[in-house]
Order: sequence, then C-alpha cells, then structure tokens
Amino acid sequence: MDAQVVSDRGVGKLVLRRLGFAVPVLLLVSFALFVLAKASPFDPVERYFGVRIIGASPERVAQIRANWGVDQPVVEQYLAWLRHAVAFDFGDSLSFQQPVSQVIGDRLGWSVLLVAIGFTLALLLGLLLGTAAAWLQGSWLDRLITATSYTLEAAPVFWLGLAALYVFALHLRWLPGGGLTDADAPVSFGQVATHLVLPVSVLAISQAPWFVLFVRQNLLESFTQDHVVGARSRGLPDHLVVSGHALRTSLLPFLTLLGARLPELITGALLVETVFSWPGIARATVDAALNVDFALLGALTVLATAVVLLGNLLADVLYALADPRVVLDG
Amino acid sequence: MRRGPMIAVVVAAGLVAACTSPDGGGTANTGQSIVIGAGSEPENLNPILGYGPDGASKIFDGLVARDAQLALVPALAEQVPTASADGLTWTAKLKDGVTFSDGSALSAHDVVFTYKSVLDQKVNSTIASRFDALADVTAPDDRTVEFRLSHPYAPFAQQLTLGIVPRAKLEGADINSAPFNTAPVGTGPYTVAEWRKGDRMVLKANEDHWGGAPAIKTVTVVFVPDDNARATRMAAGEFDGTVLPPKLARTYTGKPGYQVVRNPSADYRGLGLPSESPFTSDARVRRAINLAIDRRAMIDAVLAGAGTPAATPISPHLADWHDTGATFPRDVAEAERLLDEAGWHRGADGKRAKNGQPARLPVLYPAPDVLRKELALAAASDIAKLGVEAPVEATTFEIMLQRQKDAAAVWGGGDPYDPDTAAYTLLHSKYAGQDGYVNMTLYRNPAVDAALDTARRSLDPVARKQAYTDFQRAYVADPGWAFLVFLDHTYVLRDKWDGRQTQVEPHDHGLIHAAWWNLEKWTPKS
Repeated sequence: MDAQVVSDRGVGKLVLRRLGFAVPVLLLVSFALFVLAKASPFDPVERYFGVRIIGASPERVAQIRANWGVDQPVVEQYLAWLRHAVAFDFGDSLSFQQPVSQVIGDRLGWSVLLVAIGFTLALLLGLLLGTAAAWLQGSWLDRLITATSYTLEAAPVFWLGLAALYVFALHLRWLPGGGLTDADAPVSFGQVATHLVLPVSVLAISQAPWFVLFVRQNLLESFTQDHVVGARSRGLPDHLVVSGHALRTSLLPFLTLLGARLPELITGALLVETVFSWPGIARATVDAALNVDFALLGALTVLATAVVLLGNLLADVLYALADPRVVLDG
Repeated sequence: MRRGPMIAVVVAAGLVAACTSPDGGGTANTGQSIVIGAGSEPENLNPILGYGPDGASKIFDGLVARDAQLALVPALAEQVPTASADGLTWTAKLKDGVTFSDGSALSAHDVVFTYKSVLDQKVNSTIASRFDALADVTAPDDRTVEFRLSHPYAPFAQQLTLGIVPRAKLEGADINSAPFNTAPVGTGPYTVAEWRKGDRMVLKANEDHWGGAPAIKTVTVVFVPDDNARATRMAAGEFDGTVLPPKLARTYTGKPGYQVVRNPSADYRGLGLPSESPFTSDARVRRAINLAIDRRAMIDAVLAGAGTPAATPISPHLADWHDTGATFPRDVAEAERLLDEAGWHRGADGKRAKNGQPARLPVLYPAPDVLRKELALAAASDIAKLGVEAPVEATTFEIMLQRQKDAAAVWGGGDPYDPDTAAYTLLHSKYAGQDGYVNMTLYRNPAVDAALDTARRSLDPVARKQAYTDFQRAYVADPGWAFLVFLDHTYVLRDKWDGRQTQVEPHDHGLIHAAWWNLEKWTPKS
C-alpha cells in the first residue's frame, strides 16, 4: 500500500519535471529548425513559383519575399513565429496556401490511423515471433524467423511496398493499390479498411524485424540469468518460465527503446504513404521541408518533438510500473 | 521520383504480364465517368494565385480560350479582344447570360476584380509578371472590360485565358489563404465536388455551362506522384488514363482497348552558356558547342525517343513562329574549326587552351532532377570530346544562378503560346545582371534585343512574324544557350471516348492541359 503511494507520487513528480523540461527543449528545437531552414539550399519563394520562376520579373519575386517576411533576419522571423505559436496560431502554410491547422487537421488523422495500426501489428509480430524464436532457439523455426528478419531489415520499405502492389493489387487483384477509397467511392469504414490492408501490412512487416530480433536477443540473455535458471530448476513448466519470468524482465529495455523507434517509424510511414498515395502528414512534411515552409515546418516540428517527449515519458512510467524496483528520478 | 532502372524493369515486366490477364477492373459504366491518374496535384484552385492561367482549367473560363491549334477563340468574351490603334487599350465585351456555378451572374466587375487582385502587391500571385504591361483595368458598364497598358504589348490577348473568379466570393478576404482556394466557384464546364488533398479530386459536370453540358459527368482525378505506383495502378485497371514516362508508356503499344498518346510540348531543357566566362564569352565558342551536341542521340537514349531537338526557345511544333532554318545540324569538324579560329588550340594531351589558360566549362544541374542530370551528362560528354574540360556538378537553382559567370547550367521552361513569354526575359539584354531567373546567362546581342522589342510592339501579324524570324537568325548566329530538347509528354488512355485532340503542351500537364485538355468535349464511344 505504502509503496503504491510512493510510486504514484514519484510518477506525478516525474511528469511535472519532464513537462518543465519540455519547454526549453521545444524552444531550442524550433529555433534550430529556423536556423537550419535558413541555411537550406532551397529558397521558399523559388519553390513557390516552381517552373514559373524562370522569367518572372525580379520585382514581383522580391514583393512576395517581402510579403512573407522571408527577407528578414532569422531571429526576427523566429520571434514573429513564436509570438503567434504560443497562442496556438501557427499561421498559414506557404506551400499549401491553407491555414497550418487545416493542413495538419486534414492529414494527421489518416497518418495516425496508419501508424497506430502498423505499429501495434509490428509490436505483436515482434513479441510473438521473437518469443517463439528464442524459445525454440536453433530450431528450423528460429532459423527461418531470424533469416527472414535480417532479410526484411535490409529491404528498403519502398521496395516492399512496390512488391506488395505488384503481387496483391496487380496480379492477384485481391486488394486496391492505393488511395483512401476507390476512385469513385466516398469515405466509408469498409472502403478505408480494405485500402488500409496493404499499407499497414507493409509498414508492420518493415518495422517488425527489429522488434523480433530485439525480443529474441533479450530473451536469450535472460534465460541465463539467475531468476530464470532458478525457476527452471524448481521444475516450472517451460511456457511459464518464458512468459512469467524471462519475458517480463527482458521487456524492460524494450519499453524505453520504443520511443527511440519513432523516427524510424515516421520514415517508414513516409515511404509507405508515397507508394500507396496515402493522404497523410508524412508526405506533407517532406513537401514542407522542400518548400522551406516555415509555418508548417515549425508546427510539425513542435508536434513531433512533443510526441517524442511524451513517448519517452510514457515509456519511463511504464518501466516503473512494470518493475517496482525502478526509482523515478526524472 | 525515380527509383532507378531495376524497379522500372520489374514494373515494366509486370505490365507486360498484366497484358495477358483478362481485364478485371470492369466498371461497366457507359463512359459517363472517367478516372485519371495524375502525376502532380495543384497547390490551390485559385486563378488569381496562379491556377490554370493558360486555360483548360476545367473549373474556370477565361475571356478567351484556345483550340487544338492554339488559336485564340472567344470564351467569356463575345469575341477575341483587340487593341486600339496605339496598342494601349484592349476592350472585351462579355457574353450575355453566363452564370457561375453558384447561380450568380457573371459581370464585368468580376473580371476587373480578378485582374486587379493578380496585380495587388499583397496577393502572392505567381503569374503577376505576365501582366507587367497592364496598368489598369476598368468596367465602363456591366458587360464591358477595358484593359489599359503602360506600353504596347502585342501578345496581350494570349494572357486573357486566365480564369475569372466571382468577386462576391473573395472580396475583403485574404486571398492568400481563402477557403475559396480549395473549394472554388467558377463558370467552367466542371465544378469541384470534393478535393481530398494528397489523394484525389472529384469534378462534376456543370449542366448549365454556357458551352453546353459535358458528356462526361464525373471526373475523378487521383494524385499519384510516383511513376511506378501510377503504372501499376493503371495496369490494375484502376485508371482510364494516366501520364507515364515514355519507357513505361511503351508497354501499352498495341494493347487492345488502350491507346498510347504522345503529345509534343514547348517545354524545353537547355544548357545556359555563360556569356561572361573566359571560355564561352566568344560567340564562336558558343556556336561550336551547339554544333557539337548530338541532340538526336540524347533524345533516343535519355527520352526513349519522346522529344524534339531544340535550337532556340521557339519549338518547331509552333509552325506559325518557328524558322525552319534556325537549327544546329551536328557538325563536329566545324565545331573544332570554330574553336581553333577563336584561339583555343589543342595541346599535346588533346586538351584545348588559349594563352596557357585551359578550356573549361563546368556543367551544373539541380540535384533532385534525374532527367536534367542525364541531359547534363550527355551534353558534357559531347563538349568534352572537343577537348574541353567539362565536369558535371549537382547543385541547386540558387547556386546555378550565383555561378552564372563561370558555369553552364541545365535550365527548363517554356510555353507554346507566344514566343514573347519564352524568349523576352530570357534573352533580352536589359535583364542581364538583374536579380532572379531572368537572362541567367548574361546574354547581350543588340540584334536579338531589337527583334524582340519590335515583335513585342508590333500589332501587325506579318511584322511580328518577320521580327521573330529575324530574332531566330540573329540568335543562331550568336547563341547564348545550347537549347537541347523539347520534351514530349506521354500518356496511356483507355480507348472509350471520342473527341480527343492533340495540342502542343506547356510544362504543366497534371489535371489541366495534358491529353485531357478538352475533356468537356469528349463523348463516350457507342
């Protein structure tokens, strides 16, 4: 009982401390973004004009530069952005000519849907196959799982995507090849669900190998640890030793490393979104970066940083809950 | 986005295999709807900001439009507007009874609002430079629009293809981020039913269109930027038509029920030769480079045959303007002779030099552009054969501009409507040394300047034609660039409709222009 109270208080303190820490991190990251964007070889005005920049009169180009304020020094641009951002006004996206909130609102949901299902599936696959491989170490199943994992780990995501398109959309014609719905159908649960199958599977299959190999490795290590050896020697059945003793301790580092997988996941999502024409935020992010779209980039960076910080926080809290011995010192 | 030859081969093999399987898509519609796979998506649908300024915009109409031969025909105007005798006032009379798709009537004030907004400095329009000559636009009455120019500008009517927006929908709003930009209202043959950004757009026929209701009632445009993904989905029967690179489109040749369409364009790729570099400052050197480049081989190897050799910014497909004598037939011996004459002699190692200075011409291209890279490599290898050191470097447009005095760079652009837009800001000496992407090679040729000025100001078509002939001759004698190719755009279409016509295309060929530029006139095959 007492231990529970202490742990709850510890979690509360940890959350507060982390949130306080998040403010300078967000400021630093967003400022770094402005400096980097300024140093980028791309010119937002030139990207905005596209092919029409050739022959456009210099006065007109300069006028738009002034309208956007991109002729200002980087510190001034940053402060102007920050003044609005603290009030949650992220301004208008230069590359989409829409308010940033609308650009993100239109797309974020579809990306979250794709990534959440893909990630969950990858985790489940990782746990199941990783445990199976470790449990039956050296068997043909282990060799098959390990070899496949290494192969998939090395295969580029877009290659997997195109291969899946080729087999399931072109040859077998079981599944649609891309988009959110059939070309002439409205958004409905059934439509989106069938269109999700290929992108989600490709994302999950591209992410799963890392988890499989990680779980297998950690389980194998924990098999040699005292408490597992002890459990075995007491005559507990194998499946209880694996699920109750070995898996539980070997999952701890797994939890914290989930946060570290986020960038990988986002990169994977980007390629999947491109191959399957999925109207998500990852593709918009690349557009924003190429177009040096300060407003959209700033909002997306703050969002992504917040997600990573929250992910780490969540992992630490889970860590503490999974192992009461862990002391939360923020 | 290209993923290298490996994947192109895999996909091409898939397409061939798919040819043998029965057609599964089988949506048994009677041709009343069409699904188009487009490679690019418009950023917005507002003509003021730069959507579809050359017509064929589906959602809007301009005062004038273009037919298959690119001749101007009246659209919202009763007839093609003409200039006053001094060339400074252009008057347009509007058709009676035209309404926007929301039911409101079109008036001259909508036209005035559209053009004034383009000129408005607070509006981030990408097409404002086209109207640099426009000083003012007024509506003497509800049916009449008057354009006042600051200097005579003969091709002004060519710019009146710009779509007209309803004033009531935009007045007082911030045009740069108005909701109208994604949910527009126009007078055009189609209206926007839905636009899911990054995915697809659905257009519905405007049954009350002044030109008659289109026979194709629903147009679904699916945006798939990746060439290979688009090819796969076309093969899976998802699209009725799509744009594909020539090598992927070729797999449909002879496939029953499909046609491969190859449309010429005025979209050029050219090597800008720095007029102020020690090596290429001599007109003879620039001519030698033009004569040494094997444009035919470039087209066959890089473009799978889908292109036309270029000599000037005026495409040979524009028979009204192109001077058939303005070409650079390949002649390496003459090129070598010109270089010798200019004082650049081959040394013992075969490399040319003059007064101890080696002949050197770096060739730059923008890094992400695979096509320009391949063209840069091909051009540089031809130049190197003359004994000139020609290293190829990947960079950005900004660096290409900054190095305008020492390096050649692969640029692109061009539209087929009037030689003025393609040539004037690119080659007139008054733009040399100005900021921005105008006269990037610092080219100065008084004969070219004079011809371009005469052509711009001459309202008499015969005089204009003569001026552009003079321009092409003066340019070929002293070229400031090595224009390489005009690209052809290739498409695959299901053979289900009548009414498609070939039009020489500009660079833009996503939803607008392209093989489906006159979609509203297509009819289902019976």
